[in-house]
Amino acid sequence: MSSEIRFTDFKSDKQPTWCPGCGDFGTMNGMMKALANTGNDPDNTFVVAGIGCSGKIGTYMHSYALHGVHGRALPVGIGVKSANPNLEVMVSGGDGDGYSIGAGHFVHAVRRNMDMTYVVMDNRIYGLTKGQFSPTSREDFETATSPDGPKQAPVNPLALALAADGTFIAQSFSSDAQRHEEIVQQAVEHDGFGFVNVYSPCVTFNDVDTYDYFRDTIVDVEDEDHDPTDRDAAREMITDDETEYQGVLYQDEDSVPYNERHGLTENMADIPDGAPEDATDLVREFY
Amino acid sequence: MPDDLNWAIGGEAGDGINSTGKIFAQALSRAGRQVFTSKDFASRIRGGYTAYKVRSSTERVESVVDRLDVLIALTQRTVEENMDELHEGSVIIYDGERTMMEDFEAPEGMIDMPVPLKRLAQDAGGAIMQNIVALGAACEAANFPIENLDEALEKRFGDKGQSIIENNQQAARLGEEYVQEEYDREDFGYDIETTDNDYVLLNGDEAIGMGAIAAGCRFYSGYPITPATDVMEYLKGRLERYGGHVMQAEDELSAINMALGAARAGARAMTATSGPGIDLMAETFGLVATSETPLVICDVMRSGPSTGMPTKQEQGDLNMTLFGGHGEIPRLVVAPTSISECFHKTIEAFNLAEKYQTPVYLVADLALAVTEQTFSPEEFDMDSVEIDRGKLVGESDIDTWLNDKDQFQPHFPAADGISPRTLPGTSGGAHMTTGLEHDELGRRTEEQEVRIEQVDKRNQKVDTAKSEEDWDYREFGDSDSETLVLSWGSNEGAMREAMDFLDEADVSVRFISVPYLFPRPDLTEEIEAAEEVIVVECNATGQFADVIEHDSLTRLKRVNKYNGVRFKADELAERITEELDTPQEVPT
Repeated sequence: MSSEIRFTDFKSDKQPTWCPGCGDFGTMNGMMKALANTGNDPDNTFVVAGIGCSGKIGTYMHSYALHGVHGRALPVGIGVKSANPNLEVMVSGGDGDGYSIGAGHFVHAVRRNMDMTYVVMDNRIYGLTKGQFSPTSREDFETATSPDGPKQAPVNPLALALAADGTFIAQSFSSDAQRHEEIVQQAVEHDGFGFVNVYSPCVTFNDVDTYDYFRDTIVDVEDEDHDPTDRDAAREMITDDETEYQGVLYQDEDSVPYNERHGLTENMADIPDGAPEDATDLVREFY
Repeated sequence: MPDDLNWAIGGEAGDGINSTGKIFAQALSRAGRQVFTSKDFASRIRGGYTAYKVRSSTERVESVVDRLDVLIALTQRTVEENMDELHEGSVIIYDGERTMMEDFEAPEGMIDMPVPLKRLAQDAGGAIMQNIVALGAACEAANFPIENLDEALEKRFGDKGQSIIENNQQAARLGEEYVQEEYDREDFGYDIETTDNDYVLLNGDEAIGMGAIAAGCRFYSGYPITPATDVMEYLKGRLERYGGHVMQAEDELSAINMALGAARAGARAMTATSGPGIDLMAETFGLVATSETPLVICDVMRSGPSTGMPTKQEQGDLNMTLFGGHGEIPRLVVAPTSISECFHKTIEAFNLAEKYQTPVYLVADLALAVTEQTFSPEEFDMDSVEIDRGKLVGESDIDTWLNDKDQFQPHFPAADGISPRTLPGTSGGAHMTTGLEHDELGRRTEEQEVRIEQVDKRNQKVDTAKSEEDWDYREFGDSDSETLVLSWGSNEGAMREAMDFLDEADVSVRFISVPYLFPRPDLTEEIEAAEEVIVVECNATGQFADVIEHDSLTRLKRVNKYNGVRFKADELAERITEELDTPQEVPT
């Protein structure tokens, strides 16, 4: 099957309503290519999206998909993967969705280490509500709700993931199509929770974290000869506030995903027509 | 002296009250006696008054009564807390050598029975067994053959090794012998009959969990909350035996979203929580309904609002389950009225959820959830379980449901409102869905006609369910009586027994217990046939009475209780007679 699948099979016939030039186009393309490259097809793929511009992705992709409520996409993905571990589960959301309202779920999803992929379209702003600061916005970033800047430290999603014992922590830039696709593909192939924070510029509301800014400043960890299995080296890069890195910053090669630890291998959709055969034992326990 | 025996053990949380009570309840059940238990507990881990009450009889028992015959008091407060239930001839067992009980004397008319619980326990191998010594003493006081305790002790301590079991059995014997030597059994007048009947003893939460497994539930996610946690604890380890999984989520928001994900992947899924958790789940509840995902959401009600009284009884969430959530959300609300119905209604809830592709609220209350009761095992008949997975479309018939562009239509506006459903992995069935208003393909739309079509389609499912299912009620008493009593949830048991008391006062009533809250049976005819109608429920405002009044366009009398304690049968009989046009005295 996999040889016949092309990434365009993951495209729906709906035209995206993202602003022209939005970083989310590139982010989505990389996701679709990564899925196709890893031998998946739309019928065995489940995409869960949150709310916001990023949340529209389920409409533009073709697969089994659910567009959830704000910040709660990860638990949905965890439920899908538990119930049918044969499915490829990809969750996508934005920085507000994932690191603000969904921050709690993010930390717990990371430490749970379910075998799935989480791609965050990080544009450092709330786009769909028209330009308020987000949890990853810079301290001095002026918006309608932060005329003098938010005056609070931005969330460092990679550091959060590292603190929660993440087993795959990566960052990419949607405009660097080749690298982005490679990184998401590695996340899909990872045995466990593959987390990719994607710089996905908002051309309408964010005039600071622009394509030019990232192009000029981004440093590829591969050019630094970074060994992603070296946790200390990863920590140093992740907590370096001066540099924007792309690449796989940390990967635990011994990662055993939650579904494997808990012996989740069967499709739970297969249930008997009546009560299970030995169900009377359940009653007997109460004698 | 009636054969009815009301026994209790009370002390501080952490004194082993629950396990001791459970052992005694199991011993009675194994001896073929009907048992009904209730718990008084506070929201703390150690300290604070807590009690476990066991009522037992050779006849049907469905509720608690205001009467205590044998009380094991580990603290003086235990006696004070239960003073109004103690009577002349009540036996009070306590450790007179314990410093805090040294000066205690049973109130006049009651039987003072100090037993050196701790000392005898030490003789048997450890002070920790003092409650078991007390159990042995209670067996003797009630003239209940102590051999019945042995099996219950084996069950309780089976995994701790033979010597622990034997030590405990010995501790019980020492308690029994002490009472034999120091007191004269004839003075107490209790003579507990045993029978050959086989009973099982379980609580509502366990019955819900068992029903879920029987119904093919494979995924459960929840967040610990009193009094729903027992559902999760029951399922953990058992669901896995059947290929399922129990996930303890980081919060209730996550719990319902995980269950939603599992349901969309095709598993029968459930989450259970109590009022505060239901509030948190309300957001996703709308998504479940709009995405037309089958899901069972169990609310084991406790006293609210806010944190309220977490360990106390109330039926205050009816409005939340009927109307909660923003926008208009089609739903089904099922509420078991007894512990065995917790089993049956859970199975039904799963079938309804898949048949109509809707969220189903399964509403229980604390009094149902934590109360244990004996049943004939046949009441949990696994052979009669039927599974209805609704309009599940496989690869063979998927072509029927594709549009001319070969796209699957998960929200196809079928006349009955129920669309076909494909599970992920089904070739050709890939589709998306969303909580946004969507078209038949599941894609966002704001087109007026499509909006109306989809809203009507979702509401049509409820109308279809109304006409296709039997939204029946359970009826007791005299169907020709001029007095009609209505209730929902756990009140059924107390009301059934209250009718025995009412009989004695020559008051006949027709009692209807309603297990379906939405849709619910149309009771207009029954209400019109009665002279007076009284609605019984554990809340302050009469939420159930409100909806029934709305349905039948009439005013009803109300009996409400909201002090955190369930109705007792004798109390309820009195409250009912007070509402009658010609009030009667109830002999108790």
